Amino acid sequence: MSEYVKPPGREWLKKRLMGGTICVSVAFSILLARFVYLQVIKGEVYRHLSANNCIRLQSIPAPRGLIYDRNGTILVDNRPSFDLKIILKDADPVEETLLRLSQLMQVPLQELQEHIDNRGMQSKLNPLLLKRNISRDQLAVVKAHAFDLPGVIIDVEPRRNYIHEKCAAHVLGYLGEVNGEEIRKSKYPDVRSGDAIGRDGVEKEFETVLHGKRGGRQVEVDATGRLVRVLNTVDPVPGQNIFLTIDLELQQAAESLLEGVSGAVVAMDPATGDVLCMASSPAYNQNDFIGGISHKKWQALQQDPGRPMTNKALQGEYPPASTYKIVTAIAGLEEGAVNIHTSRFCSGRHKYGNRIYRCWKKWGHGDVDIIGSLEQSCDVYFYNVGQDVGVDTLAQYARGCGLGKPTGIELLKERSGLIPTAAWKRKRFGVSWQGGETLSIAIGQGFNLVTPLQMAVLIAAVGNEGTLYRPRILKSVQGSPGESPVEQIPEITGGIPAGKETLRIVREGLLRVVHGKRGTARSVKIDGVTMAGKTGTAQVFSMKKKDRDRSKDDPLDYLLRDHAWFVCYAPAENPVIAVSVIIEHGEHGATAAAPVASHVVKTWLERSGYFENQEKQ
Amino acid sequence: MFDRRLFEYFDWGLFVLTVLICSLGLGVLYSAVTAGDVPGMDMIFKKQIIWMGGGMIFMISSFLIHYKFIDKASLIIYVVCVALLAAVLVFGKHVAGSTRWLALGPFTVQPSELMKLSLIIVLASVFSTCVTEEGLGFHGLIKPGALLAIPFLFILKQPDLGTALLLLFIAASMTLFVNVQKKVFFSCAALAAAATPLVWMILKDYQKARIMTFLNPDRDPLGAGYHIIQSKIAIGSGMIFGKGYLQGTQNALSFLPEQHTDFILSVLAEEWGFVGCCALLMLYFFFLLWGFNIAYGCRDMFGSILAFGITIMIFWQIFINIGMVMGLMPVVGVPLPLISYGGSSVITNMAGIGLLMNVSMRRFLSG
Repeated sequence: MSEYVKPPGREWLKKRLMGGTICVSVAFSILLARFVYLQVIKGEVYRHLSANNCIRLQSIPAPRGLIYDRNGTILVDNRPSFDLKIILKDADPVEETLLRLSQLMQVPLQELQEHIDNRGMQSKLNPLLLKRNISRDQLAVVKAHAFDLPGVIIDVEPRRNYIHEKCAAHVLGYLGEVNGEEIRKSKYPDVRSGDAIGRDGVEKEFETVLHGKRGGRQVEVDATGRLVRVLNTVDPVPGQNIFLTIDLELQQAAESLLEGVSGAVVAMDPATGDVLCMASSPAYNQNDFIGGISHKKWQALQQDPGRPMTNKALQGEYPPASTYKIVTAIAGLEEGAVNIHTSRFCSGRHKYGNRIYRCWKKWGHGDVDIIGSLEQSCDVYFYNVGQDVGVDTLAQYARGCGLGKPTGIELLKERSGLIPTAAWKRKRFGVSWQGGETLSIAIGQGFNLVTPLQMAVLIAAVGNEGTLYRPRILKSVQGSPGESPVEQIPEITGGIPAGKETLRIVREGLLRVVHGKRGTARSVKIDGVTMAGKTGTAQVFSMKKKDRDRSKDDPLDYLLRDHAWFVCYAPAENPVIAVSVIIEHGEHGATAAAPVASHVVKTWLERSGYFENQEKQ
Repeated sequence: MFDRRLFEYFDWGLFVLTVLICSLGLGVLYSAVTAGDVPGMDMIFKKQIIWMGGGMIFMISSFLIHYKFIDKASLIIYVVCVALLAAVLVFGKHVAGSTRWLALGPFTVQPSELMKLSLIIVLASVFSTCVTEEGLGFHGLIKPGALLAIPFLFILKQPDLGTALLLLFIAASMTLFVNVQKKVFFSCAALAAAATPLVWMILKDYQKARIMTFLNPDRDPLGAGYHIIQSKIAIGSGMIFGKGYLQGTQNALSFLPEQHTDFILSVLAEEWGFVGCCALLMLYFFFLLWGFNIAYGCRDMFGSILAFGITIMIFWQIFINIGMVMGLMPVVGVPLPLISYGGSSVITNMAGIGLLMNVSMRRFLSG
């Protein structure tokens, strides 16, 4: 420091510390005065308030948002549930009250006692749940004997109700009680122990929208726990209502078509990506989960070989089989391996190296071009295309078509499927790619895996001339009752990597699948509407020749039967619906899956008044 | 380097006051956790005894080293603490919506607590070189201002409004203690008034809500408003002589929020009444006067300012905490020194008291 600083002397220090002492004294005087005010002047009042512990906090649950279908038909609502609760502080003596309660309600005493033994950290003043959702009769008995049951209260809480049991179970999801871990991590704000939160589907995905905000009131009660007056109330904020893109009737139609089989149906609006229905069979009953599912029912669901808890539309991964020929055709045309005039001779077999690759038609298709080979699903033609294009280029087109990655739908646990490349195989198995494997890939067998939802997005994009939409399940959200819902905007994720001409050729081929003389799905034509589609029959196991010969006579064991695929859109010129269907172990796409898809298309066209409009014109 | 005379000058008065307050704290804590009828709470009492034992070790270790060395190392200590604060923001443990804890092996430390002491030390060091009888000018405030601003912003970011404000209050008190020129004082006051709306903008929503709730407790009758009402009922119902030890009903029914940490005073007030509260205030008041006396007794500027800073740190905690539980201040989460449960708080305060003893013991020794 350049200038000399004169350090202050003792007198200065004394003065400064005196100032400090005065400040501290003033502050302490304020505190002391407050103690005098609270404890001496108002002491009597507060002693009285504390004697009865009469200021209590009661919570008011927020009703969860309702869920509607695209037309405003209600799918999920809330019903009042009468819950029996007890405030231990008021229920003195507790044992006597419980005994009386168990006699009146004809419930084993032990069942009630259990709740009290397990109360843990709860205060004696918090209402403790004894029995959820008691019956009307039990309610009447408890109300009638209210005076003999001190501390026993009935709380009316909203309870989730799935109006159409099992309907769209996988889309809607179900509720479960929040666990300690989730509360600690404060994953959801405003959720406390005992609250139910979404565990799957829309209920989980839109938890924060649907949940609402809990309210409460400060009340003064008398010595027996009866309400004297309400001091303060905070109203709960109900959860927001949501409208799904699902159409209830179409959903129910799809589900009834899947009755008794294992599989999935997805229908989309090709112009927006709206999921019109998404059915997965078998389904589960969401109402079983309300208030906690029983162990027995949970075990049964877990052990069911039909995997009812899996949403097969987006969690089921299957070999795409011949539906994949759409991708192979696009790749072949775009890469110049074939053009509209290229024809190949199919003798029913194709030699590659020293192996024979068969066509599904034993005696062959003869001379076929690209359109004919799509129509008849000729394997040999696509073996040739695959061979010319190569596995990695094929994979590039498949990815461009949205395969091998999640579609981005707002539902959880979506699988991404698998589009193999040579590099992938080396990394995964440590061996190099075999040329013959490319042939299998070209017809959708081998390592290829897709979900029915991915195929729906792809076929919808073929239908709308190339636009890939993110499939969406949420149509709009209603901020508060009476408000007009806010529409969500459709989202484009990309385009099929194909020019206009390529798409025209592929669309022509797919049209012939249904309307051609030799089309594989010509049996599912609908009067008055054009439909374009593609069948597929996915081998579950690649069987050796001798097994296949032997099994010709034996009925195949169910689990060894092929999966049946059908993807389609209609009307072919300007589609309003695209459908993807998988029937597990359905054996033939044309006979098991195509009729389901055709029925879904027909139902939707009827519902949207398509046929009436046609007649008018 | 130890002088035998050091022990002859051991500050028994300060030691006895500390032990008395700690014992009172343990007594109240015992009541809070046992009568609270909450399983697993007895661990809290045992842990607090361990913390206090650990605090004693910190106390002893901080009075053994001559405070002159602490003066010399002040900047290093400060930089280390700021680095720890920065580490908290990156690697910190997330507790109840804010990141304040840093896990070092099995221990979790709260660097914002250590920051209080290190800020006092570094400010004492800076002020001791530039203090004059005329008071500080604008120039003299630049360095202390920067030293405060860095940890203040870090802690605000955690976010821990209570500790950040505490740092501000401590620094402001120390600055006023060494005195500033009148024009500086009024300019700063004007600046603070102008900055208030700016600060409001960077506060988190829940912090704003707390301040709004303080101004109008009816805004949040289910949260802070309810806590304050229950706390006031507990304190008031103690009346003059209290309900008797372990007899508090508010406490016994788990009515009180955080009855063993920030709201522990309401347990004491309910069970010991006005008499008990006066006794606690007296003990604290004696303690603070003792601290000022140490500041007066010290022969060098650093020691005096350090002693004042630590005393004023303890004062602000007392004032904010008691004001909070009695509904005079917003609920900001500042513990009651040596009474509230909590390892970081106990250790920081004990280490601070160790520094006070450090200054006190060497008042008759030169160099």
